Amino acid sequence: MKAIVSVFARDAKGITAYITAALAEQNINILDISQTLMQGYFTMIMLVDLAECEMPFDRLSQHLRSVGEARGLAVHVQRQDIFDAMHRI
Amino acid sequence: MSYFLNTDEIVQTIRMIEQEHLDVRTITLGLSLLDCAAGDIRKTAGKVYEKICREAHDLVPVGEAIEREFGIPIVNKRVSVTPVALIAGGCGGDLVPIAEAMDRAAREVGVNFIGGFSALVQKGFTSGDRSLIASIPEALARTERVCASVNVGSTRAGINMDAVAEMGRIIKKCAALTADTDGLACSKLVVFCNAVEDNPFMAGAFHGAGEAESAVNVGVSGPGVVYQALQECKGESFDVVAETIKRTAFKVTRMGQLVARETSRRLGVPFGIVDLSLAPTPAVGDSVARILETMGLEVCGTHGTTAALALLNDAVKKGGVMASGHVGGLSGAFIPVSEDEGMIAAAREGTLTLDKLEAMTCVCSVGLDMIAVPGDTSAETLSAILADEAAIGMINNKTTAVRLIPAPGKTVGDTVEIGGLFGEAPVMPVHAASSAEFIARGGRIPAPLHSLRN
Repeated sequence: MKAIVSVFARDAKGITAYITAALAEQNINILDISQTLMQGYFTMIMLVDLAECEMPFDRLSQHLRSVGEARGLAVHVQRQDIFDAMHRI
Repeated sequence: MSYFLNTDEIVQTIRMIEQEHLDVRTITLGLSLLDCAAGDIRKTAGKVYEKICREAHDLVPVGEAIEREFGIPIVNKRVSVTPVALIAGGCGGDLVPIAEAMDRAAREVGVNFIGGFSALVQKGFTSGDRSLIASIPEALARTERVCASVNVGSTRAGINMDAVAEMGRIIKKCAALTADTDGLACSKLVVFCNAVEDNPFMAGAFHGAGEAESAVNVGVSGPGVVYQALQECKGESFDVVAETIKRTAFKVTRMGQLVARETSRRLGVPFGIVDLSLAPTPAVGDSVARILETMGLEVCGTHGTTAALALLNDAVKKGGVMASGHVGGLSGAFIPVSEDEGMIAAAREGTLTLDKLEAMTCVCSVGLDMIAVPGDTSAETLSAILADEAAIGMINNKTTAVRLIPAPGKTVGDTVEIGGLFGEAPVMPVHAASSAEFIARGGRIPAPLHSLRN
């Protein structure tokens, strides 16, 4: 299953390394990554493959959220389908 | 699946959900109870309870799993059933035990509302219809989650004015029995003209006799998203406004369609319809009235409001219809007063009146919805309001519905606190001149011509 991981934060220092390490720990493969500053917020969007991740989606979502909260980041993971449905015909 | 990562689109979706109140308003499981008719009230109630518990058992867990995986809130999970008058009519007498069985089942499966304590009497009453209607006040007062509806007219049958007269009295009884909660029971009772069989929205949802054994019907929402989109076309022509609403409605509906398909697959229940409605909530930023105001009206209800609403309603449908495989239900903008922060403000300020709301219902879904009127409003006046609204539905070939709350002891200037998604409503004045003789006539208003349409 493919999913979108989005990270929003005030400060960009070390965030990419911090989050990608957390993903690698769960055997999650990053297929694409994009970083930008939006209205002063550091925004990182990743397309990831969960095929080899053993953690169920629900737990993964909670896990990444708490990993983010430990550093003051908002981390969401959502199935890619919702973005495709909304923006592609 | 593409590997193309479009950050703008992803951020837009997340912003719609996090900041603009985008959500799926309801997943409603429609269930046929036709096989529960047992001729005996106790046996029928038992079968109703068992069937709902069995068939709707997974609805809430499945809905919650989809919410978490897709990151999209699904505000309500609900059940609609076959109009109870059809299955319990043969039992005769008091049908409250069926409502109580529905309420217990709803609590058991974790849905916040269950619709279908209903009767369709547009042309006349069966004995079962009469039993059901007479049971409505007690049923709504004694249960928490049951919703009732009565269809009193249709374009093909005309308006059953005996039913209209009776429903005025029933609304008064509902208010009297729940006087301690400002007439809460009235917010769970809808009087329809041209009721639809696949509506997922409460309080008027029921699973029509023409429906399959079961179906997943989804109601999308998103007034906040439309409002934000229109903020970006200030001063532009109506062509741009209509186009912007269409594009937004398309996106919102696609999300609803995805959730509907996924729910249907996981429950093993056929997908019914997506209802393309803009359903507001009392939350700031989730208001239909504010959309109309952002088109350039100082306060919702002033001159121009009906035109603005007509454009909004039509553009939502045009945008949504291509995004979904099957569109149905009510599909239009809702204008409930108590459930819309902007409507509440406009009504309180005096610009939005009952008469203007009636005009607005000619061009949108659904009708005079969640309107508090003085507690001393007579049953005949309530009936006359029902008749006016049913006439609009009948002549215009559309669904109209009325939910009026004659809050006991309240008068113009007071506020009725209903709570939760129902919100709060300022009591609106009704005309003092009597309609009693008009309502006392009874009989039927004949079905209208379908040609010579002007």
